[in-house]
Amino acid sequence: MHELGITRNIVAIATEHANGYPVKRVTLEIGKLTAILPDSIRFCFDVCSQGTLLEGAKLEIIEIPGLAHCRQCQTEVSLEMPYGICHACGSSDLEIFQGEELKIKELEVEELCV
Amino acid sequence: MCVTCGCSDDANVTVTNPQTGEHTHVLADGTVISHSHHHEHHHNHSVATENAQLHAKMHGRTVTLEQNILAKNDLLAAQNRGWFKGRNILALNLVSSPGSGKTTLLARTIQDLKDKVAINVIEGDQATTNDADRIKATGCNVIQINTGAGCHLDAQMVEQGLQQLNPPLNSIVMIENVGNLVCPALFDLGESAKVAILSVTEGEDKPIKYPYMFRASQVMIINKIDLLPYVQFNVDRCIEYAHQVNPHLKIFQVSATTGTGLEAWYQWLGIRRVR
Repeated sequence: MHELGITRNIVAIATEHANGYPVKRVTLEIGKLTAILPDSIRFCFDVCSQGTLLEGAKLEIIEIPGLAHCRQCQTEVSLEMPYGICHACGSSDLEIFQGEELKIKELEVEELCV
Repeated sequence: MCVTCGCSDDANVTVTNPQTGEHTHVLADGTVISHSHHHEHHHNHSVATENAQLHAKMHGRTVTLEQNILAKNDLLAAQNRGWFKGRNILALNLVSSPGSGKTTLLARTIQDLKDKVAINVIEGDQATTNDADRIKATGCNVIQINTGAGCHLDAQMVEQGLQQLNPPLNSIVMIENVGNLVCPALFDLGESAKVAILSVTEGEDKPIKYPYMFRASQVMIINKIDLLPYVQFNVDRCIEYAHQVNPHLKIFQVSATTGTGLEAWYQWLGIRRVR
């Protein structure tokens, strides 16, 4: 259940950048090749955000599809797991270049206009 | 309005799924966005209360962060890596399921290499100092980290452990992670390499069952090979699976109890250390 620790990090980073204003929305980018389950993050987020500036904030998760280059023939291969076989040459020597993201993309904070 | 997909979350908008409040968008490039909108906060516009007026003055400001969620851990891990490099220490992160024989392999390695190189150990377990006691019996320095509810070591725990361990120059630090093939794959500790240990009493398909870990590792040790006559474990198939996940994985077949195959593992340690 590493999602709990990850979600605590998310809440901590977002709180730090919210400057004391309530947070309306948090947008995450999670690659499909990370060992992170978006549903678990969602579940943990409700718990972890209680009593913080993020309480009640909307959680958006953008899932990034996995992509790799074959090191043998340079073909681009799409992946569901962090390994696979090149459909062009059959090699399993793949270099993943997309799908391992795990970041907070942006926040929307609620500020008072003066 | 949602800046990512353009959907609106004004108070009057109906929710797609009233049970979960969740909906999913698929963008042109195949990117899937799923999110929920909270609508508990109702505005009463017919009666302009003080609160509503105040609320009207509130506006959302988007702060772009693009920050890696594990940035703090990665930074501390990079510091640990520099710390090891400055002292010419080879640091290895030993990962496996519980019961693969990590501690036995470690105790044997320390015993056999005693006269050649100093090995110090950081032990990670949820509870007890049993493993640290076993390692201590070999005469080397050891620090036990109990993670409590945590399922893995992180870079900060290792940093704290190192301060107390104070390993000598030109030595080896073995970090025995919590027995878990999932979470430790995500957390860089600053090690030179992750060493995944798998015993023949487990399933030969572990590398494809836990691909994140075997992909993150540089070495796989198949332990307890003295038990091969008594178990159904196909070594060739296991190696095939492992290379499917990670074609560059260096594989050793050993028995930490009988000593079979350990020489190759010791040679690898020697080569990595002088590098």
